[in-house]
Amino acid sequence: MSNDSQLLKIQDLYACIDDTSILKGINLEIKPGEIHAIMGRNGSGKTTTANIIMGHPDYEVESGTVELNGENLLEMETWERAREGVFLSFQYPQSVPGLQVGNFLRKSVAAILGEEAAKGKEFRNKLKESMKELDIPSSFLGRYVNDGFSGGEKKRFEILQLMLMKPKLAILDETDSGLDIDGIRTVAKGINAAIRGTESGALIITHYSRILEHVKPDKIHVLISGKIVKTGGPELALELEERGYDWLEEGSED
Amino acid sequence: MLDNDAREAVGDYKAGWHDPENSTIRFDAGLSEKVVRDISELKNEPEWMTEMRVKAFKHFDERPMPTWGNMSMLKQIDFDSICYYLRSSKATENDWEDVPEDIRNTFDKLGIPDAEQKWLSGVTAQYESEAVYHSIREDLEKQGVIFLDMDSGLREHEELVKEWFGSVVPYSDNKFSALNTAVWSGGSFIYVPKGVHVELPVQAYFRINAKNMGQFERTLIIADEGSSIHYVEGCTAPTYSTDSLHSAVVELIALPGAHIRYSTVQNWSANVYNLVTKRGIAHEKAKIEWVDGNIGSKLTMKYPSVILKGEGSHAEVISVAYSGSGQHQDAGAKIHHLASNTTSKILSKSISKNGGRGSYRGLVTVSPKADNCKLNVVCDALILDENSRSDTYPTMEVANPTARCEHEASVSKVSDNQLFYLMSRGHSEEEALALIVNGFFEPFTRELPMEYAVELNKLMALEMEGSIG
Repeated sequence: MSNDSQLLKIQDLYACIDDTSILKGINLEIKPGEIHAIMGRNGSGKTTTANIIMGHPDYEVESGTVELNGENLLEMETWERAREGVFLSFQYPQSVPGLQVGNFLRKSVAAILGEEAAKGKEFRNKLKESMKELDIPSSFLGRYVNDGFSGGEKKRFEILQLMLMKPKLAILDETDSGLDIDGIRTVAKGINAAIRGTESGALIITHYSRILEHVKPDKIHVLISGKIVKTGGPELALELEERGYDWLEEGSED
Repeated sequence: MLDNDAREAVGDYKAGWHDPENSTIRFDAGLSEKVVRDISELKNEPEWMTEMRVKAFKHFDERPMPTWGNMSMLKQIDFDSICYYLRSSKATENDWEDVPEDIRNTFDKLGIPDAEQKWLSGVTAQYESEAVYHSIREDLEKQGVIFLDMDSGLREHEELVKEWFGSVVPYSDNKFSALNTAVWSGGSFIYVPKGVHVELPVQAYFRINAKNMGQFERTLIIADEGSSIHYVEGCTAPTYSTDSLHSAVVELIALPGAHIRYSTVQNWSANVYNLVTKRGIAHEKAKIEWVDGNIGSKLTMKYPSVILKGEGSHAEVISVAYSGSGQHQDAGAKIHHLASNTTSKILSKSISKNGGRGSYRGLVTVSPKADNCKLNVVCDALILDENSRSDTYPTMEVANPTARCEHEASVSKVSDNQLFYLMSRGHSEEEALALIVNGFFEPFTRELPMEYAVELNKLMALEMEGSIG
């Protein structure tokens, strides 16, 4: 634990992909138990931020630091970050034909929380409860990971993984996109169950304020052209809903 | 299945150790009519078998090498350096305690006696040219099931063998069926009487131990009307710098209403040529399934076939092939629809890695008289890096317009995003790749007995180790 007790601490983060610079000095701190949101238009660097925290090989960090409980994440492999407690709910989860959901969940929980956590009645009960909470039928366990899933099923499956893997930091990349109101409510329930009342934190990446009505964030950050241009409380989401992003464009705020 | 010392000694391929060679009879390397006659004499065979061997040898000698598959690799086979007969034990035992200790230890390491106790109806274990161990459950024997090594089959059931041997795969079928017929030794002979269902699989395990060895087992399975059997075979060999040759012939006869399933997990070391002819004939309403996994060997050329001779018969060939560095798996399937209302399904999955080469070569024919046939062919290839190769040679010859044919083929690569997704769930890059590969093979592994499926998944995980650059 670092002395300032930040769960996630990003400092002066600059990053690029294929020589195109995308993040231009991000600073962000999340304390244990907090939920933050990053809002912004397409191409503002939201998904890049998520991918860099998780360690996607396509992105290059030019400078800056990313720490989880004082540990330097940037020096770790993606799977080490996962075992350290970082979880990413993907905007576009990948399918793995032939890999059964049940098997995948057991193996992944074992990889992250240890063999014991993926065995026995406790795991099975937790799995059953979480599936019920997310309206996922038990037949789901026999299907192949994300193979032929509808958009809504994919998102619910990401949240199911979140609930089972109990990360310290959950990053949710556009988990609300493509979901109807009921879907958003269900997914929000899962996020709240996994984070609220724990020492874990979350970073929700979204275009819209809808999901934020169900998961009340402690802070909202607005990302424009690779920089956080404004930070505020939950009320900022409503303001953005009404006014859009134009008023925050270059020159308006730094 | 293998102790740590042995695993260290052989690196990635975990069955690559070898025992000291304690042969009781070893023929000099090289092949001639005399060698063929000597094998037959040693086995004290009836004259018709000797004559068939000699005819087959002459055919082999005259017949050119196949002009397809992998000609440059085939050309490298040095028939004169191969030992065509080697016996390491005095007899075929039916108690593991009586099998020579070295050999028994080898099969122990491979887990055969253990599997036998737990989930098999019978076991035959072949070491070099001869079966060293053989047993079948008493209850099956009482029901009239015959499960013998092929040599004992010929001695004890000569009439049955004479009737069927070579009836599905004649020696003149191809160069390697001729070679096998000339010098065959060992293999299984199975007869399942009418209406008898052998519930648990019977297993054969083939082990080559010596250098420059040729193994030529011959298997014949006859399932009488309305009976069923599942035969499973596995095979391994030590890793040597010189080549060995495995050239088997397998003949299946499924009489009306019978069901034969034949499963193979081939894991020869990377110095073994595996040139095998497998074919079955399905009579009326019979069903033949080949479940064929090719993981090892230097070059495999194998196309399990079914002749759908009787009306309403069904064939399935489900195969996977893994080709690593220096390996070429040229595998596939052949199905001939000779009768009406026959159905067939081919599912082929291949993975190439580290410069390996996988080929699917398939032929499906429908004869003019065969009405209302249904055939379905699916081949999927997964290529793991830029240096590897996958080819598909599918042929369909349909001479009857009422046939319903479906064919799908796909080639895919493992994407960075797929790996990243799995790695974000705590799996190392190698583990992630193994999950993808095992998933790709899943339609095959789910057809195997559970114990084999687990073993195959472990094997593939091992193949993925050290594969990330």
